[in-house]
Amino acid sequence: MTVETPPPIPLPPDASNPHPVTASSHLGVRDLLSESVTALTARPARTLLTALGTVLGVAALVATLGLAKTAGNQIVGRFDELAATRISVKPETGGFGSTNRQVSVIPWDAGDRLQRLNGVVSAGTKSDVDVGGELARAVPVIDPLGQTAFQVPVLAMSSGTFGALRTTLETGRTFDDGHDMRADNVVVLGANAAERLGVSRVDNSPAIFIGDRPFAVIGIVADTAREPDLLSAIILPNQTARSLYSLSAPAEVHVEVEVGAAELIGGQAAIALAPNSPDRLRVSVPPSPRGVQGQVEDDVNALFLLLGGISLLVGAIGIANVTLVSVLERTGEIGLRRALGATPMQIARQFLTESASLGALSGLIGTSLGVLATVIISATRDWTPVLDPWLPLVAPILGAVIGLLAGVYPSVKAARMEPVQALRSF
Amino acid sequence: MTPVVELQGVTRTFDSTPPVEALKATDLVIDEGDYVSIVGPSGSGKSTMLNVLGLLDTPTDGTYFLDGTDISRLGERQLAGLRATKIGFVFQSFHLLSHRTATENVMLAELYSGRDRGGRRDRAIAALEQVSLGHRLDAFPPTMSGGERQRVAIARALAANPSLLLADEPTGNLDTVTSEAILALFDDLHASGLTIAVITHDLDVSLRAQRVINIRDGVVTETTPAGR
Repeated sequence: MTVETPPPIPLPPDASNPHPVTASSHLGVRDLLSESVTALTARPARTLLTALGTVLGVAALVATLGLAKTAGNQIVGRFDELAATRISVKPETGGFGSTNRQVSVIPWDAGDRLQRLNGVVSAGTKSDVDVGGELARAVPVIDPLGQTAFQVPVLAMSSGTFGALRTTLETGRTFDDGHDMRADNVVVLGANAAERLGVSRVDNSPAIFIGDRPFAVIGIVADTAREPDLLSAIILPNQTARSLYSLSAPAEVHVEVEVGAAELIGGQAAIALAPNSPDRLRVSVPPSPRGVQGQVEDDVNALFLLLGGISLLVGAIGIANVTLVSVLERTGEIGLRRALGATPMQIARQFLTESASLGALSGLIGTSLGVLATVIISATRDWTPVLDPWLPLVAPILGAVIGLLAGVYPSVKAARMEPVQALRSF
Repeated sequence: MTPVVELQGVTRTFDSTPPVEALKATDLVIDEGDYVSIVGPSGSGKSTMLNVLGLLDTPTDGTYFLDGTDISRLGERQLAGLRATKIGFVFQSFHLLSHRTATENVMLAELYSGRDRGGRRDRAIAALEQVSLGHRLDAFPPTMSGGERQRVAIARALAANPSLLLADEPTGNLDTVTSEAILALFDDLHASGLTIAVITHDLDVSLRAQRVINIRDGVVTETTPAGR
């Protein structure tokens, strides 16, 4: 039989009592942090060894992501430097029935129009000129012993085309807008054409003949990065070809753009050239570098991210293990703290903060090592290191989260310790 | 005047098979300024008494008033808060953190009390000077003698300005000369008005107290030392 105890009689609070009855246990954030840091720095060697697994994991992740990005950028940069800056525009073929007739809507001032676009380095037109089978020769003398007249292809270009095709001059100069506008009888020879015609210098103002028409040679092109057919050709200004050989319209436009501007200019070029019928022009743009890059990254990432993830897991187990050992070792300290007024919650919070700080520290060191590895590997290969800016920010947080998770079980164990037994334990 | 400690029929039963009554319907009053020793052989219920008095354990029956507060109505945080502010513990094995200086160890006393950080170090230094350790402020426990370590522990107990100093075998790990010095310190603290309860199995230690409480098989009887 149980006897109900009467409810306790409330006593008036003691006025001389300096501490109010409701004074509950309290642990400030600054105290919590400083306690955790003190505990971690008390045994620096052990702290660093504990951190090692997570350090390696985070370092592996950061280096993997960094190197994948760097390598992806590098591959694109290597095989696309030339192609990525090149755009060409041609009239759309076909259209009327089965005939494959080209209907050119490219204006004569195509070069100037494109030059005005932001991102265009140089632009100009290039067209084949039909000279009606006339032969080209350097001197108006018919030598019966040797061949002096040749069938040489003739091209018409605008002044900007030389830049757009990245030509280098052997000697002399290229024609300018003045020559073009006045339809001067000047030519620039490709290196092979010059050799066939026997022209090697321009300082003595040599002349060549196409049929019976004389032209002054003002320059010789040594090489071109694009369109190698112009090396074996005689190159006329557009207006010269138009007035002498009835060139109806430019056949194609070549544009050299700044790196990265290809997509933008590709979208604008057709409208700039033929505002009324942009769909009748076909613009060739290099493949988007982003697609290639993404593919490379994905390949490299999958494998190494897996490795990084595994080492992170191992690191987390390491932190959990050592924190658990530390809880058991510090049984007496836990009992003392309880006696000094800590609640189980505050004990748990302290150990969680310790493991999370350790994780964050590991993350920080790991991130630094990962970035360093990326930079060093890039340097040895002459690559430009590329890193997502969020990576060095997120990685230490990842470490802290791992530490936090690893600390859950040891902290719960510490909180559940009976202070009485803990105090007697050592 | 409200007594510092008032136990009314306090019982502590442990749920083992069969159940063990470690403390049986105990009535006890400790007034402010009392110097009480609680003696008994091991297994007598001394430890249970210590834990109940120190709020590390709660009675299964009866009422415990600490400074007039009925502790059975308090939650865990408030009990912990009372431990932090009203009770100073001194342990047999000192329980000092070996990687912290004497001052830092004493500063721990205020960690959970809710007092602000400013002046914490000064109060710790004052407590160390009170136990004549003003010259060992920055010493680490492993470099100190047993007597010095126990003084640091006492300073830590005093730093929170407690209502009750609760000592568990305070001289258990010390030689006789050092023990005498610690007991003399307790005498001084008692003389200055501190309420002290010492739990011990050592009769010499218990005889220093003004009141001696015997505990045997969970039953408490009070004797007054001869000559008092």
